[in-house]
Amino acid sequence: MRDFVQNFPLFSIILCLVSSSASSLLKGKAAKWVNTVLICVVGAMSLTLTFYCLAHGSFTYTMGHVPAPWGNEVRGGVLEGAMGTFFCLIMLLSMTGGRKKLLEEVEDTKQNLYYILVNLMLCSLIALVYTNDLFTAYVFVEINTISACGLIMIRQNGRTIEAAVRYMIMSLLGSGLFLVGICLLYDITGHLLMSNIKESVQALVESGQYGEPLLIAIAFMMMGLAIKSALFPFHAWLPDAYGYSTISSAAILSSLVSKGYIFLLIKIIYRVIGFEVVRESLLLNVTFVFAGLGIIFGSISAMREDDIRRMVSFSSVAQIGYIYLGISLGTQVGMVAAVFQILSHAATKSMLFISAIGLTDASNTSRKFKDLTGSAYRNKIAGMGFAAGALSMVGIPLFSGFISKLLFMQAAVANYGKMLPTMIVLAISTILNAIYFMKTVVRIYSPERDLYKGREGFKVIHTREQIEYTCTVILFIALNVALGLCSEPILELIGKGLEMFA
Amino acid sequence: MKKRNLFSSLLDWVWESRSDLYENMTIRDDDEEVNVITKAEHKEDIEKVKEKVFDAADRGSFRKWRFLYKILAVVFAVFFSAVLLITVGQLPKIGEINNPANNEVEKRYIEKGLEETGATNIVAGMILDYRAFDTLGESHVLFVAAIAVTILLRLDKSERDPEDTKITETITEAEEEDKIFEPHHDAILQKVAMLLVPIIILFGIYVILNGHLSPGGGFSGGAIIGAGLILYLNAFGFENTERFFNEKVYKTVIFSGLAFYALAKCYAFFCGANGLDSHISKGIPGHILSAGLILPLDIAVGCVVACTMYAFYAMFRKGGL
Amino acid sequence: MNTNLLNNYAEAVSMIIFAIGFTNLLLHKNLIKKIIGLNIMDTAVYLFLALKGYIKGHVAPIIIDGVVEPEAYINPIPSGLVLTGIVVSVSVTALMLSLTIRLYKRYHTLDLDEISLRLKKEGL
Repeated sequence: MRDFVQNFPLFSIILCLVSSSASSLLKGKAAKWVNTVLICVVGAMSLTLTFYCLAHGSFTYTMGHVPAPWGNEVRGGVLEGAMGTFFCLIMLLSMTGGRKKLLEEVEDTKQNLYYILVNLMLCSLIALVYTNDLFTAYVFVEINTISACGLIMIRQNGRTIEAAVRYMIMSLLGSGLFLVGICLLYDITGHLLMSNIKESVQALVESGQYGEPLLIAIAFMMMGLAIKSALFPFHAWLPDAYGYSTISSAAILSSLVSKGYIFLLIKIIYRVIGFEVVRESLLLNVTFVFAGLGIIFGSISAMREDDIRRMVSFSSVAQIGYIYLGISLGTQVGMVAAVFQILSHAATKSMLFISAIGLTDASNTSRKFKDLTGSAYRNKIAGMGFAAGALSMVGIPLFSGFISKLLFMQAAVANYGKMLPTMIVLAISTILNAIYFMKTVVRIYSPERDLYKGREGFKVIHTREQIEYTCTVILFIALNVALGLCSEPILELIGKGLEMFA
Repeated sequence: MKKRNLFSSLLDWVWESRSDLYENMTIRDDDEEVNVITKAEHKEDIEKVKEKVFDAADRGSFRKWRFLYKILAVVFAVFFSAVLLITVGQLPKIGEINNPANNEVEKRYIEKGLEETGATNIVAGMILDYRAFDTLGESHVLFVAAIAVTILLRLDKSERDPEDTKITETITEAEEEDKIFEPHHDAILQKVAMLLVPIIILFGIYVILNGHLSPGGGFSGGAIIGAGLILYLNAFGFENTERFFNEKVYKTVIFSGLAFYALAKCYAFFCGANGLDSHISKGIPGHILSAGLILPLDIAVGCVVACTMYAFYAMFRKGGL
Repeated sequence: MNTNLLNNYAEAVSMIIFAIGFTNLLLHKNLIKKIIGLNIMDTAVYLFLALKGYIKGHVAPIIIDGVVEPEAYINPIPSGLVLTGIVVSVSVTALMLSLTIRLYKRYHTLDLDEISLRLKKEGL
């Protein structure tokens, strides 16, 4: 009889699935409460699991009465538990921050449908984090894709539906490539469970058989996941999707959806193929080039934008480039940097989106910069949130962005071949980040003689009118500062988790 | 009109000599003024039409891109197939018994499949017992797609349109529009449907119930039943179908099917992972009531798939259930 | 080069179909044709998977007369994978088609470039 805590991955997934089918019967308000309770419970379970695994090590849990390779398996460990907890926390904060806008922008009869999509998104993220089987990962990637499309288009104006179509087309290309990669890998190894595939792959690499199909299969899987998480040339759908959907969708999409796929990619690199094989295969060089280009292009496009939400979306492109930069450095330190950047970016980007909506609300819902001048005085808490997020993005010490940039520099120094390009790219991107983020912060804080600008809709929003929103932003700032100040234990946790991960 | 038999009418029609239809027809005098459109108004009309309608030849900016896309498409397809063909050339031969895919996993499924799952259909035993987690995820893929289609296409009675979606139809207007296209008591369709729909639904039920004994299962059976429902809808119209299948039935069936699947499998996984005995009997192989949980799960999945297929069709046609 | 291309001709055909479907989904202008490309791509994957399970001289994996030797039946695993793939393909096709209907009702065109152009004109 196992420890009860070991059942928690199964319980989390089943709870999400049942509550999503139940929400189809409930009205909007009941569905909202079910959603909130679900996220809290799943987060609590993942937290308990993390502490359990710190004490007892990682474990595999057979789904059914037969072990691998004949049945499905999930695997719990420190890194998985930590990721699960973090995802739940960010999702909870994003949902509370965007609640008011959700009530305004979505029809009453379709509110419960939105919560179904959020529940299923949570289910797929938790399953991707815990799974130990490649085909299960594919099925839950599909659930993730469809719910993300639903989250984009819940707002139903022309922009969002066109963005949803573009997103689906790109995502389906990625899924197709991922599926072909899985089929090729199954053909040459005969297994679908991750640990078994790794043994077969090592045997194949040693014997030298099926060398080319192995390389192509790995390349297809990596390319499929890279397309889905918006690595450089495949990022065209990102600004439209994040820029125009409702704000809790934008926060969830930017912080969690791409990160789920990147986490799956890290899992595949460690647990399916093996770090050594990937490093020797030169695939990482290709990712490195794309990551670098993505950082530069993302920052340049963000500078040219006139719309605050599109600017924040383009900076997402750059930040995802950072994560891939860390992965493609090919060292343990690089991976730790990439995982920490996942956490830092998730915390910062959702805060930026939620603060941005507060600023635009105080300025007649206009998103152009000229209308946002001085808006931090109209909505004080949103201004503070945006300023904190911007400082973190640039890399000012005290915030989490500084730690991730520091880690990237340390990882770059350890890898002689790629040290110089990495440093140049990091330097250029920091300067560009500073330009467009600091420009915005200065603009929203520049005092205007006439706060109301004489026009209607430019109102001062007091804190007492938006208590839920204020608490959310304060918690976000606290999370960011916590990541920035107490990074040592978190990095230790990540390092330990990565060691247990393989 | 003189009564003429069919044959002489046919001869007349062939030789175009006379026709009963034309004899008594007259052309109405057009006393009203002809509407004269000025040249300027004509031009204005053309501009308005062009604005609304997309004309590829008119968009000069797209013309150069079209050519480039065609060339790029051919080059890309050839390059991609070349890469894939090189890969296929290195893969193991099809049909060989010593392929890596035919390993101990497959052997255990075939050897122990019958005694561990109780199903004579090894594939059903595999997807609903050994790898049941994948099938659980897959049924929820269908569910989430139905939800997404509902968000896009369901027309609700609420008046508020927060985004000015320019969807000018309300649900009543959509129903009126749909009635124009619905075949009204078409004799052939109704007679054939009266004969075929029971057979189709019965066949679907047979496929579902025999999922663990012969090829079939929840998904195929559910699709067949869905097709039967769609045929019934087409022949008899929405009013008759809504007598037994409306929104409430749909929601209830979907919720009970999916929740039953998730909770039953949760119990089975929990018992299996913790080494407990789940007390689900496997029955005698070859009988209908055997194979443990596979039969109830097949029924649940079949119902969910049938309702989803019907819901897709109804949403596309009318915007509501 | 020791290649199995002639022996694996069915797999080669499925890969060519996959490439055609992929290019269609990526580069075609018309939305409906993109969806058709998606279906072509998925069908090619099913063909590929169905070939994986085949073993010469063995029959389909339905146990007849209590024979449970692995020498009698083909590999049942790829059939299960194809089942999942078909359901996923149907779901995404339905979703893409409903998106196309919404876009068409609003913009009266099936061309994605044209829709982007009109959105820019609307200046949302």
